[in-house]
Amino acid sequence: MSLVSEGADFRGALVAAPAGLGLAEPSLADVRDYIALMKPRVMSLVVFTALVGLAIAPGSLHPMTGFTALLCIAVGAGAAGALNMGYDGDIDALMTRTARRPVPRGRIKRGEAIAFGMTLAAFSVATLGLLVNAFAAALLAFTIFFYAVVYTVWLKRSTPQNIVIGGAAGAFPPMIGWAAATGSLSLEPMLLFLIIFFWTPPHFWALALYRADDYARAGIPMLPVVAGDASARQQILRYTLILVPLGVAPWALGFAGPLYGLTAAGAGAIMVVLAWQVFCERRPAERASKRLFAFSILYLFLLFAVLLIERGWGGLLARLVV
Amino acid sequence: MTVGIAMNDKQDDDGVVLTEAQKRARRSRSIAIALALAALVILFYIMTLVKGPGVLVRPI
Repeated sequence: MSLVSEGADFRGALVAAPAGLGLAEPSLADVRDYIALMKPRVMSLVVFTALVGLAIAPGSLHPMTGFTALLCIAVGAGAAGALNMGYDGDIDALMTRTARRPVPRGRIKRGEAIAFGMTLAAFSVATLGLLVNAFAAALLAFTIFFYAVVYTVWLKRSTPQNIVIGGAAGAFPPMIGWAAATGSLSLEPMLLFLIIFFWTPPHFWALALYRADDYARAGIPMLPVVAGDASARQQILRYTLILVPLGVAPWALGFAGPLYGLTAAGAGAIMVVLAWQVFCERRPAERASKRLFAFSILYLFLLFAVLLIERGWGGLLARLVV
Repeated sequence: MTVGIAMNDKQDDDGVVLTEAQKRARRSRSIAIALALAALVILFYIMTLVKGPGVLVRPI
């Protein structure tokens, strides 16, 4: 009799097993949940910056090869996003901004998200290596590793410099695009890397300023949480003052034309003004940090869009005609 | 003891019965996997045509 009840308990335990064991209720996740797991908004920015890197690169590239490269970079970005959401399922549930993601909502188990991410990573890197070139594939593999392991697993929960160093992962796509087109690297894609690298801290710390309570609740040591509000505002201003000259550098070094130079200088001036307003603002006021966060997205988009129009558009059209 | 095992075996025979929502979700996932695989096959086919004899030449 006791064995009967133990058997029933065991069966009950199977049904109620922890998500990681894969013995719980069959999944209700549909395709939309898996698309959300790939962070489509981040993916679109990654694809756009990679497109610019690919389009401004010298030499000729078949449009289909260019499309394949972008597709692999997009899927690779999705892989990194899925691995991030799989690992961070516990802390995502504690933050308002991330609580609606598929893992904290219970739509997808953490193990499933990580398996999905690993599969996408393997396919994207292998396809890029087989159909485009090995150097670009190696860069993509390193980028996924950097975001999923160095940033997500190591830095994010351990240091307030998490998004400074981890920001490199988001800065690699123009280099991968360039590498896909040329099989090598040069100063131009590295400059694009530096622009995104120094753009990341003001962008994310502006967000962290008005989401500080969220990050504190999840135990993520973002700069405003650990070093305090004033220190974060000072760092935002410092990084913006480094970013703006870097933004103008492609024109100053002759990689871009006057339209880019004017755009970078004008948008850079607005970035400095907004960063100064953030520096002067004190909690609970959050308007300046919200403005800086929103404008920083437009700033990066403008710089890369103008570069694409000036340098890459003609090249892209020529390649399509060929 | 025997009775207990027999009862569990009977339950196992039924297997996991999916709800309609779970069946729909599984079907949508299966279709997505099939489409992704088909797209991969077409991509490799087209890229083989594009590269021609140089398909095995992959510069580092």
